[in-house]
Amino acid sequence: MSAIQPPAEIVWWKQPLDRVEGTWIAIALVWSLFMFFMMPFWHVYGKQNLSSEAYRTTPQAYLAKTQAMVDQYTVRKETDLNLPVVRPPPGSDVYLAGRLWQWYPLLELEKGQTYRLHISSLDWQHGFSLQPVNINTQILPGYEMVLTITPDTSGEQTIICNEFCGLGHHNMVGKIYVTEGGQ
Amino acid sequence: MSKALFRTCPETGLQYHKPAEMLIRAHAVVAVVILLIGGIAALLVTLTRWPAVHLLPADRFYQLLTTHGVNMLIFWIISFEIAVLYFCSSTLLKCRLATPKIAWLGFILMLAGIVVNNAAVASGTASVMMTSYVPMPANPNFYLGLILFAVGALIGCFVFLGTLVIAKAEKTYEGSIPLVTFGALTACIIAVFTIASGAIILIPTWLWSLGLINNIDPAMYRIVWWALGHSSQQINVAAHVAVWYAIAAIVFGARPLSEKVSRGAFFLYIAFLQLASAHHLLVDPGLSAEWKIFNTSYAMYLAVLASMVHGLTVPGSIEVAQRSKGFTNGLFEWLRKAPWGNPVFSGMFISLIGFGFIGGISGVVMGTEQINIIIHNTIYVPGHFHATVVIGTTLAFMSLTYFLIPTLFRRKVAFPGLAKWQPYLFGIGMSVFTLAMMGAGTLGVERRHWDMAFTNAALSFDYPASAYTLMGIMGISGIVAILGGAIYILVTVVSVFFGKRVESESSFGFDVTKLARADPLVIPEGGHEAAGKWGLAAPGTFLLALFFLAIFVMYYAVNWKYLASVWPMS
Repeated sequence: MSAIQPPAEIVWWKQPLDRVEGTWIAIALVWSLFMFFMMPFWHVYGKQNLSSEAYRTTPQAYLAKTQAMVDQYTVRKETDLNLPVVRPPPGSDVYLAGRLWQWYPLLELEKGQTYRLHISSLDWQHGFSLQPVNINTQILPGYEMVLTITPDTSGEQTIICNEFCGLGHHNMVGKIYVTEGGQ
Repeated sequence: MSKALFRTCPETGLQYHKPAEMLIRAHAVVAVVILLIGGIAALLVTLTRWPAVHLLPADRFYQLLTTHGVNMLIFWIISFEIAVLYFCSSTLLKCRLATPKIAWLGFILMLAGIVVNNAAVASGTASVMMTSYVPMPANPNFYLGLILFAVGALIGCFVFLGTLVIAKAEKTYEGSIPLVTFGALTACIIAVFTIASGAIILIPTWLWSLGLINNIDPAMYRIVWWALGHSSQQINVAAHVAVWYAIAAIVFGARPLSEKVSRGAFFLYIAFLQLASAHHLLVDPGLSAEWKIFNTSYAMYLAVLASMVHGLTVPGSIEVAQRSKGFTNGLFEWLRKAPWGNPVFSGMFISLIGFGFIGGISGVVMGTEQINIIIHNTIYVPGHFHATVVIGTTLAFMSLTYFLIPTLFRRKVAFPGLAKWQPYLFGIGMSVFTLAMMGAGTLGVERRHWDMAFTNAALSFDYPASAYTLMGIMGISGIVAILGGAIYILVTVVSVFFGKRVESESSFGFDVTKLARADPLVIPEGGHEAAGKWGLAAPGTFLLALFFLAIFVMYYAVNWKYLASVWPMS
């Protein structure tokens, strides 16, 4: 009987497996388990793992921390909007805020150094998308995510918003400049 | 129960309970109208994301992208699915439909929800995308429409379950329900979970939009909303796999290789598919790696295993049926001599291949915890889900329609020449479209983004020229696919409303009438294997499956390698 009719045998579960099915199930199961264990393996031996470090915060508290860093480490201003470019010391806590429709502030980091990059939103949800290196994370208001990152390529990286955040979404662009060490 | 309430289709032997038949027709017609609305939005959205055309202004683009997402991913598919549920219960079990009046109430609620939600988006006050992430506010009617629709769909689910109970009590069938009905039951169970999740998050969000609740936590919203958003796509998977089995049975009289394996695979869907909410949260703040790994892999990829099993057993059952009819030369005569001019079959087979090779592989790769870092919210994501939901589900439903037009609507399929080409146009156009999107996403192009050139931004950024080329290919192939969709709507609407009535045996547009004439169960001596090669019942399918696995392994490895080139982070 076909698949749109009741099984012909009342006790259909006793029909033995065809070899083609049994073999394929075994192969597919091995592959599934391999893919599963690849993820914990990468946590131990891989270098690109997203941290689970995060804190609850508020837009006001987060902006205050960001502003304190901006006031201390701004090295220059860019664009007509006088956006501050901040060069925090290697190893320090760096704060980046997403808001409608801007990434604040611009950052300058040193290649090969490690930073604790905090990211949060001051209003709606945003997406942190660093291009062209291609690192993407979700940014929520009220949650402060901390990524420990080590830029290993120098040059200009652009932060794009990749979570829809209203009419100016496509204009929300920021920068991370990575300088060669020792400058 | 009066016998006069039933009609037997002379072609197929299917028995239609008349109230059920009217409901199936109504849901299918609404579904196709929604597909038209979503399709017009698709055309305008595609023409805007095609950089050389860049048709709409930003506000219209975001509004129409919302229209497109909600109508296609929720309204079109779930409306059609309710029709499939009623067909798989009442029709396949030859049973009266439970409580037709309440089923009509469900239909009216769904329709009202569609109207209310679309009116809110059309007013320009709810351009928040299908996901409507808080705290971005939408017109309260946006949420209300979704809630009304969900309640209506939930009623449909319970009418389906009630019909199963009646069929059992009134002994309209012997033994177990058919495999296809079992697949529909799987879809229904996932749907109940999905709709409950939707209610849990959308009702408070609606109250929040009315000012009655102060705050909805955005992280909590995402977890619960995606139990609606992703699981609703798992309803589709279960439903379209059931449709694949149904079409294999309708066109070839195919029976499952073994009931046990195919049902077991559906059971794995019930047990594990709902964990997929995590796919969207892999780069969210604060979730532990353990939580993400367990959930994103559906507990050790057991639901992926299930799809890989169906991917073998559906074509495998076709191969066995074809071999038993004498197509035994070589490994692939059974496939070569399949009815490629019959859109019921060609659409189903393109759906199967596209879902597996494009949608399935990309879904598992991007759902890998760490690999998601290089893919999250790029245009790769819609590339993936257009392969699963459009090539997989929508194309499967389109193929089923060509069978339903004669048997359910009693009309000849209009423009059979066009209908013959429709699955190819739609399926191949969509395949190129999804691959181009995935390529552009790999280069970092964002989804839901009006201007990849950042013309009005304070700071500039240029994507490589190859990204523009890929987005251009996406635009062209998108237009081809939309043309295929338009032909489907044209054929369906003209057939149903203006088509010639089916009177006699010969009046089918296509030879899809082998239904219910499946060969009696004759397992050749030595089992199915005797008809195959190498002791395998379906050697050609097995080879295809190994080819699939080889591509899967290679693509998986390439993405890990790409990830390893990204800045170290922890």
